[in-house]
Amino acid sequence: MMDTAPFLAATPALAVATSLVAVPLIAISGRWPNLREGWTFLAGAVKLLLVLSMAGWILAGHTHTYDLWEVLPGLMIRFKVDGFGMLFALVASPLWLITSIYSVGYMRSLDEHAQTRYFCFFAVALSATIGVAFSGNLFTLYLFYEMLSLSTYPLVTHHQDKEARGGGRKYLTYLLGTSIAFALPAMIITYMTAGSLEFSAAGVFPAGTSPAPLTTLLLLFLFGFAKAGIMPFHSWLPGAMVAPTPVSALLHAVAVVKVGVFSIVRVFTGIFGLELLADLHLNTLICSIAGCTVLVSSLMALSQDNLKRRLAFSTIGQLSYIILGVGLASKLGAQGGMLHIAMHAFGKITLFFCAGAIFVATGKKYISEMGGIGRQMPITMTAFFVGSLSVIGLPPAGGLISKLFMVQGALQAELAWVLVIYLISSLLNAAYFFPIVYQAFFGSSQEAQHQGPRQEAPFCAVLPPVLTATASVVLFFFPGIFLDFITVFLAS
Amino acid sequence: MEDLFNYIIGRYNYWAAIILLLIGLYGMIAKNNLLKKVIGMTIFQAAIILFYVSIGDKRGATIPILDHGHGTHQAIEAAAYANPLPHVLMLTAIVVGVSTLGVALAILQKIYRVHGTIEEDEILETIDQ
Amino acid sequence: MSLEQHAIIIILAPLLGALVISLIGGLHRRVAYLTLVAALAVSFSSTIATLSQVAARAAEGPLHYFLGDWQPPYGIELVIDPLNALVLTMVAGVSLLVAIYSKETVRRESPDRLHHYYTLFALLVAGLLGITATGDIFNLYVLTEIAALASYALLASGRGFAYYATFKYIIMGTIGACFYLLGVGYLYIKTGTLNMAEMQAFMTRPALLHSESIRVAFILIMVGLWIKMAFFPLHGWLPNAYTRTSTTTSCLVAPLMTKVSVYVMIRVMFGVFTLPYAYHVMGWNTAVVWLASLAIVAGSIGALAQTNLKRMLTYIIVAEVGYMVGGAWLGNAAGLTGAIYHIISDGLMTACLFMAVGAITFKTGEINLEAMRGVFRRMPVTAAIFVVGGLAMIGIPPTCGFFSKWYLLSGGLAAGHYGFVVALLFSSLVNAVLFFRLFEIGYYPLFDAQSEAGQHDKVVVAEAPLSMLVPMLITAAMILVVGLYTSRIVSGLIEYALPAGLKL
Repeated sequence: MMDTAPFLAATPALAVATSLVAVPLIAISGRWPNLREGWTFLAGAVKLLLVLSMAGWILAGHTHTYDLWEVLPGLMIRFKVDGFGMLFALVASPLWLITSIYSVGYMRSLDEHAQTRYFCFFAVALSATIGVAFSGNLFTLYLFYEMLSLSTYPLVTHHQDKEARGGGRKYLTYLLGTSIAFALPAMIITYMTAGSLEFSAAGVFPAGTSPAPLTTLLLLFLFGFAKAGIMPFHSWLPGAMVAPTPVSALLHAVAVVKVGVFSIVRVFTGIFGLELLADLHLNTLICSIAGCTVLVSSLMALSQDNLKRRLAFSTIGQLSYIILGVGLASKLGAQGGMLHIAMHAFGKITLFFCAGAIFVATGKKYISEMGGIGRQMPITMTAFFVGSLSVIGLPPAGGLISKLFMVQGALQAELAWVLVIYLISSLLNAAYFFPIVYQAFFGSSQEAQHQGPRQEAPFCAVLPPVLTATASVVLFFFPGIFLDFITVFLAS
Repeated sequence: MEDLFNYIIGRYNYWAAIILLLIGLYGMIAKNNLLKKVIGMTIFQAAIILFYVSIGDKRGATIPILDHGHGTHQAIEAAAYANPLPHVLMLTAIVVGVSTLGVALAILQKIYRVHGTIEEDEILETIDQ
Repeated sequence: MSLEQHAIIIILAPLLGALVISLIGGLHRRVAYLTLVAALAVSFSSTIATLSQVAARAAEGPLHYFLGDWQPPYGIELVIDPLNALVLTMVAGVSLLVAIYSKETVRRESPDRLHHYYTLFALLVAGLLGITATGDIFNLYVLTEIAALASYALLASGRGFAYYATFKYIIMGTIGACFYLLGVGYLYIKTGTLNMAEMQAFMTRPALLHSESIRVAFILIMVGLWIKMAFFPLHGWLPNAYTRTSTTTSCLVAPLMTKVSVYVMIRVMFGVFTLPYAYHVMGWNTAVVWLASLAIVAGSIGALAQTNLKRMLTYIIVAEVGYMVGGAWLGNAAGLTGAIYHIISDGLMTACLFMAVGAITFKTGEINLEAMRGVFRRMPVTAAIFVVGGLAMIGIPPTCGFFSKWYLLSGGLAAGHYGFVVALLFSSLVNAVLFFRLFEIGYYPLFDAQSEAGQHDKVVVAEAPLSMLVPMLITAAMILVVGLYTSRIVSGLIEYALPAGLKL
């Protein structure tokens, strides 16, 4: 059992550092775009390989811990690779590669300014994401969480116009404000009461800690990690849609928002412990808060005409789905919630890629303008259809699997009313996605007569959604790719 | 009643120091003319020097200079001599006070050149403009 | 010269430097500049040597250095313990960096009186280092006044309106110093000694523990020091004095003067008086911490209202003084650790920000928010340094500002003083608003000023000279290094600096 890991002890730290190392290289090769993107791809590939090199070991039921630095007495910057962290890293690092391809297509087609800065901060953001995935304790997680908030600011405000300024302000106010005002004191209180910030399945709080402070802490954490977009701290996400689409795609469907969810799930599973949540009936509280967000955001999505904004509200709802699943504090619910991180990531990034591709090819942002666009861009819209299937939770796309687990989890946790939320929200999901698809293929637009038969976006912008849509379908048939990691994690 | 007199008269040195201190403080805070503030500052410092010097004194004591010089083995009656240490400290404090006064006066001159007045309210008017 | 002479070299080097500069500095400006840098470098290397010495023997107690080999109580001694070894290193380090930085700024601001300026610079540093190192309570007063006199003259070097601001500071500073002196007089009457350690030995006697005179002495000294450190509501003099002055002076005075006063307060509380006296006999804790919370809130709100960059930073100093005083009075180990740690980290952060703003002003000639416009393009390195300083002020890990907040918040929570906790969080949020407003102005290049078309024009990079960039870069790096080495600093030094009975 105790044989040594088949990789370097520092591999998690290296995986985090790879894209940081790439930053100066990207910065100095700004004049040669191909070389610059070369660095991005190289770093992405190395990162993916480093993550993959640890996957087998984790699947075998091991975990791997690496202490980088003692920063406060008794408090380490600690990396710990376990099933859940691995799952997240495996979602984020390949999607970075795909998004990089897409970025090239998107940014060059639109001839965006300051592309060097864009790729630099993209790399930093990815480091922070992998850092969160591999954090061994809450302190390390907080460190990378803040790093992510700051490094994505220049990406969100990339256009540097009035709209970007407003979105950027909102973005920072919500994310930085909540993390300083709620998450930081919550972390310090936890450290003072429990004496530890290390994640452990049994939680860190000593038995017999009274429920009132625990409830307060839970709320502080829940709202403190506002990247998860729980209402009423959600409105940064639609605001951040001013960013270029690749940023929205990776950061606001995968990295940033999933980091928020990941952090909250980590707190549930590692700081409180699922048993404690269930024992104190805190799961009811979590489910009510998350449930409200699911329903309200789905309703709000219905009324959005800007495609990216509709996707943003859909994301808010899906994020709360995950929290709802894990917050049930039952085994199946947790499995479903964690799995949904992966499933939703692939589904939602497809949708964003498609939205961007439409914008690149036709310059259209609003759903009302998109009648008949499926005939113009059949590949893109087919991918869009698959992505929406996954988010709604219909076969043959991966989203169904995770939703099934969550539904069973609700029954296991004996919180049957949660089923109603799942049901209504799935219907709402269908209600805000299917019209788009229907209109795209069967609708007609006033300018249909001027349109040529085919007008797809450049290859680099079409390939990524096709890849991720395919992945969504593959995950329907082989959910074990990610599910095994969760099983390993929950078994420990 | 006698107690009260004793309280006041018996500690007249402290009372003097405190009254001077308050006069100085009043001058520094309440006066509009900057030169008067400087004068207040000087009084304030003098009060403290007075306070220190007076605490070195003892009833019936003489100046702390030994009659016999070195080499004699006669016991020295400490109570017969005033405590020299506070006085020595005040030498330093006087130097500090004079230096502060010098700097303050120099800057006051500069203020006069810049603002054309050393009345505080008039200076504030010129700054606001 | 053996190791044990380091303690005195720390102070003598700048003092002799001042002498040399005043004698031969007039020959050429480079002579004055190099002498100053050399003197401060010697001093700084000595502080490093003493710091490592103290760290090596932290458990065994402080180093004593008897001036002229006169033993106390007759002579004056320097006492170097983990607490002031840290502060000494910070003061010497920051002043060395500012000295290097000052090459161009002083040349521009005081070309005709350059060597006089540098003489005062060296005297101020000598005074500050002396305050920190001395073990004699009266000697501390004298050195305070040396530092104060030098700072008056330096502050007046801003000319124009600076004179009036300095005059206000002279009055307030003198009141503060005289209060302190009066308090020392009371203590001397009661104890008959001026040596801090001996005084403390007397303090434990029950007769003195409840003596009215001792109580008055404590109050006088504290109020005096609070005036000196610009603790709310005695802070009125600071923003004007520090804003109106020249760039170099504000870079030197802003990070050091208030911090050293805070150090003196902690020293007096636990090195002259005793822990039970300061915390239990006086019974001030709650009141002072509330005052500190008010200071934080008032300073933060004051900073929000400013459009002058330097003035904004001075209000942040007022808030930061609240951090440290509050931490010191929370009455638990975490709070005091935070206060001591914050002396170091705030010194670095303030120096970093003032130097960055100085560099921006140096290149643009502006000091208002507008000076920041497009700064990320025009002065990328300076802007990056400014960002590091700003993030440290907000308290983003792993900068040192985060860790001082960590300890201060822990202390506030442990003491159950939630007002202080809320004030700290409030000020973090306000700092976030303040600095991101500046980053935003810097980031959006020519947005309002010109038409949309001109938005992405090529901007010529006009970076500050190397003599300014290098010290700024070092300061910014130190902010991160100190942050990452928090564990070593706390468990290796600050833990031993805490008074007995307050161990972590």
